[in-house]
Amino acid sequence: MWKIRGLLSQRNYWTLAAIGLAVPLVLWMTLTLSDSVNRVFLPGPLDVLHRIETWFGEDNLLDDIGISCFRVIAGWSLSALIAMPLGLLIGNFRVVQALLEPLTDFVRYMPAVAFIPLVMLWVGIDEAAKVAIIFIGTFFQMVLMVAEDVRRVPMAQIEAAQTMGATRIEIIEKVIIPSAKPALLDTLRITMGCAWTYLVVAELVAANSGLGYSIVKAQRFLQTDKIFAGIILIGVIGLATDQAFRLVHRLAFPYLHVRS
Amino acid sequence: MSAIDFQSVCKVFGEGPKRVVALDDVCLQIGNGEFVTLVGASGCGKSTLLRILAGLETRTSGTIEAAGKLVTAPGADRAMVFQNYSLYPWLTVMENIKFPRQLAVHTRDSTSSDVEVASGRADALLQLMGLSQVEQAYPVQLSGGMQQRVAIARALMSRPKILLMDEPFGALDAQTREVMHDLILHVSRLEGCSVVFVTHDVDEAIYLGRRVVLMAPRPGRIDSVYEVPLPRERVLNMKHTPEFLALRSQILERIRDTCGMRTDLELLQRLSQQAMAT
Repeated sequence: MWKIRGLLSQRNYWTLAAIGLAVPLVLWMTLTLSDSVNRVFLPGPLDVLHRIETWFGEDNLLDDIGISCFRVIAGWSLSALIAMPLGLLIGNFRVVQALLEPLTDFVRYMPAVAFIPLVMLWVGIDEAAKVAIIFIGTFFQMVLMVAEDVRRVPMAQIEAAQTMGATRIEIIEKVIIPSAKPALLDTLRITMGCAWTYLVVAELVAANSGLGYSIVKAQRFLQTDKIFAGIILIGVIGLATDQAFRLVHRLAFPYLHVRS
Repeated sequence: MSAIDFQSVCKVFGEGPKRVVALDDVCLQIGNGEFVTLVGASGCGKSTLLRILAGLETRTSGTIEAAGKLVTAPGADRAMVFQNYSLYPWLTVMENIKFPRQLAVHTRDSTSSDVEVASGRADALLQLMGLSQVEQAYPVQLSGGMQQRVAIARALMSRPKILLMDEPFGALDAQTREVMHDLILHVSRLEGCSVVFVTHDVDEAIYLGRRVVLMAPRPGRIDSVYEVPLPRERVLNMKHTPEFLALRSQILERIRDTCGMRTDLELLQRLSQQAMAT
């Protein structure tokens, strides 16, 4: 059972996963039902569910979800649009790597939150500012991950193409990109997670809607149930997108999922 | 005219105190349709020599001619088979074999009849390499031996004059290896291409090669060249003939002499004597 990297049947896996999810829920429930903690500090699961219901019914929950999804996807897509070609260049050409990688590494460690005043100054306080924060939070990470994905393409695959007479363009187009594609999709999936974590930060900037904004506002009014609701909703949306990415991975790359 | 002609080829890695002479003044001629094997201890530069011939590595000085042309870059006239990881996992066996057809070099002035010929050739190679059953499989679904068959078929797809093999069977088990030996001998004769085959397995080198080139390390160089005194047509039981065994022990002896194994043994003896004394 405790064999290192041992096997586990599908059924046992999902049973354990269900237990892993259920135990904290039950603990949470008993803690709040026992009245040993103040509801203001720790609302019960039912309070949170109830809050989601009223949020949906009276407070335009769908609008909040919609605008937050838009901001996350916009910031993340913009980041992907630039990071993909740039990462491809860094991963393939040492010259570009030398020029840009240390710089990217340097900027990557700067906290995205600290850029808020600058973003407000340069971009303003409208929608673009929120997208910009999410972009800053994901872009530098993404560039380095894409470059790494490209570098991981086995040299033998590239050299085989060279000895078949492939040109540089052909090698990039017909070997490196198809070879790196599954890893690139994983990078997109992981950076999507980064993008969501920057949502609350992004919606600190003069927002008046969105899940992150609602969490911040609820904090001001000590509506802990709404804070819980917002956090859980973000978690659920994140989990759903993650699973969607995994499904696409299985459909797009059958060769990685065939039984040998 | 020889198919391959190395003239005083030198290769130096690094500079200053880190300077390593990987190849020192290598001269070698290989004939049309000849099967030559390169053996030697690790670090003797046999792989480097092959990679320079392929155009994957630059040389520091000297010249190499392959099929009458000076080698400056990799080219489709010199196909290479690697030890592993060179197949494209996202393509099926058939798509891997036909991969060269996707490249401009091979399709630039091709007519519709050429396309038909190529398709016929892919089928023929599939048959020849015993891959018909797995045409639609992905490389991950195949054993190591089958994967190397695909790699060889793909290398032969564009009818190269020269086939370069860098320890292609090094990762295979002994039984599969024997099957692959007869297969590659058969295929190379059928195709009429020259083969340069790098290995560290002396048996393999003698069984496959018409000539065995022994290389020595520090600096990497050609130490000696042996004509293999066996008929062209090789069969498995030749490995037990006196000629084979004599050449085998001669080459092994020479490898031990050139790679400094002798001194290591003496050191080992001295150490164990010291250990006994205390």
